[in-house]
Amino acid sequence: MVIKSIRRFYTYLMFLFLYAPIITLMIFSFNESRSRGKWGGFTLRWYKELFSDNVIKNAFYYTIVIAILSAVISTIIGTIAAVGIHNMSFLGKKVVLNINYLPVLNPEIVTGISLMTLFIFFKLKLGFLSMLLAHITFCIPYVVLAVLPKLKQLNKHLAEAAMDLGATPVYAFRKVILPEIMPGIVTGALMAFTLSIDDFVISFFTAGRGVSNLSITVYSMARRGINPRINALSTLMFLAVLTLLLVINKRTTD
Amino acid sequence: MKSKQKILAYPYIVWLIIFIIVPLVLVLYFSFSFREGGLTLGNYRRFMTPIYGKVLYRSLKLAFISTVFCLILGYPMAMIIAGTDISKRNLMVLLFVLPMWMNFLLRTYAWMTLLGKNGVINNILGFLNFPTLNLLYNNGAVILGMVYNFIPFMVLPIYSVLAKMDKTLIEAAKDLGANETTVFRKIIFPLSLPGVITGITMVFMPAVSTFVIPRLLGGGQFMLIGNLVEQQFTHVYDWNFGSAISIIMMIFILIAMAVATRYEDPAEESGGLW
Repeated sequence: MVIKSIRRFYTYLMFLFLYAPIITLMIFSFNESRSRGKWGGFTLRWYKELFSDNVIKNAFYYTIVIAILSAVISTIIGTIAAVGIHNMSFLGKKVVLNINYLPVLNPEIVTGISLMTLFIFFKLKLGFLSMLLAHITFCIPYVVLAVLPKLKQLNKHLAEAAMDLGATPVYAFRKVILPEIMPGIVTGALMAFTLSIDDFVISFFTAGRGVSNLSITVYSMARRGINPRINALSTLMFLAVLTLLLVINKRTTD
Repeated sequence: MKSKQKILAYPYIVWLIIFIIVPLVLVLYFSFSFREGGLTLGNYRRFMTPIYGKVLYRSLKLAFISTVFCLILGYPMAMIIAGTDISKRNLMVLLFVLPMWMNFLLRTYAWMTLLGKNGVINNILGFLNFPTLNLLYNNGAVILGMVYNFIPFMVLPIYSVLAKMDKTLIEAAKDLGANETTVFRKIIFPLSLPGVITGITMVFMPAVSTFVIPRLLGGGQFMLIGNLVEQQFTHVYDWNFGSAISIIMMIFILIAMAVATRYEDPAEESGGLW
C-alpha cells in the first residue's frame, strides 16, 4: 500500500515536472501584463499580435512548405533507395547502411555546419533551396530505416510469381510490393514530416538570412528575452499536436 | 532480377556522396588547413590549449551530470510505467512523450518564464516573503534544461526493455528466497542494462553537442563546445578552427556510439553502426 502511494506520488511529480512549464506558458499567453511573473488580467492581445506578425507568418509558411516538400521528396527517394539497398550484396549493403546512419548518429550541429560548408563552398546561396536540400538529406535515412524492415518481411517469391504471370516489373512493384510495404512508407513519411517541422539546428545553419522557420524565429526572439507572442504560439502549437495525436490514436484504436 | 533492382539504390548513393560524404570531407579538409590555404595541425593544437580544454571539460561535465540525473529520475519512472497494467500503460507512455512533440525551442523557452528574475518561481517566493533566487543563467539552469528535454530518451528505452522482460525469472528468484532488493540487483537491473546503455547514449550525445540550452538558459556566458562551434561558424568566421572542433566532437560521439552498440541486445537486429 505504502509502495503504491509512493509510486503514485512519484508519477504525479514527474508529470508535474513535464507539464508545468508548458501549462505556465499557456496561462501566461492570456496575461495582460508583459512581465512574465505577474498576472495582469485576461487578454487575447498576444494572439491578435501573433496573427498580424509578418515575421511569424512567414516563418510558419516556410516551416509547413519545407516540411511537406521534404517529406514527399525524401519518401520517394528513400523508398526507391530502400528497394535497391535491399537487393544489394552483403558488403555493399553494409557500407551504404552505415553511411545512411551517419546523419542519424552525428550530432546535428556537425551535420548542420558540414552542409553549410558544402553550400558555401559550391557557391549555392543560403536560402530556401539550401534549407530544403538539408532537410531532405536528414529525412531520407529515417525513411530508408522505416521501409527496409518491411522489405525484409516480404515474401520475395510474390513479385516473381506476379511477373511469371505476365506482370511487368513496374506493374508487379505497384500492385504487389508497394501495398505490402505501405505501412513502412507511411511511418517514414510521418517521421520525415515531424522531424522537418521540429528541426532547429540544421535549419539554423543552412537557412541563411532571408529565410527562417518557426524554430529559428523562436530562437531569435527568445534570445532577446521574453516575448508573450511566443507564449501564444506555443499554446496553439501544443493544441495542434494534441489534436493530431488524439486523431491518430482514435484511428488506430477504431 | 536481384542485380537489376540494385540500380534503384544508385540515385540515393549519389545523394549520399554529395550531401553526406563530400561535406564531411570538406570539414575534414578545412580542419587541417590555414584560412589562407596550406596544411596545418594548428587548429587541433589550438583546441588543446587550456581555454578550450576548459570548454570541453565543462561540456563533458554538464552532460555527464544531466545524464546521471536522467538515469536516477528516469529509471524509477520506467519501472512504474512497466508495472502498470496494460490498459493504462499506453496512456502513460503517450502522456510521457506528448511534451516531446512540442518544439524543442519552445520547451526550453518555457523554463525562461519559470526561472527568470521576475519569473513565476521568484514571484511565488516573493509572495511568501522569501528572498528571490538567481535561478536563470547558471549551470543549474542548463542542467535542468538538459534533464527536462532529454529525460524521455532515458525512460523510453529502459521502459521497453523492462516491459519485455520475462516475469517468471522474478517469480523464480522470489521463490528461491530472494528479497526485493536482491531481485532488483541480481535480476531486474542486469537484464535492463541494454536499455540503460541506449538511454545513456541517447541523453549524453545531444547534451554534449547542444548550443541552444546553454545559450537560452545559461545566458551565453557558460560556453559549451556546441556554442564554440556555432560561434566559429556564425560570428567569428574561423571555419578552420570550427571544423577542427566539429571533427573532434564527431569522433568522440561515434566512438561512444560504437562502444554502446556493442552492449545492445544482439537479438534485436538494429543494423547499427559497425
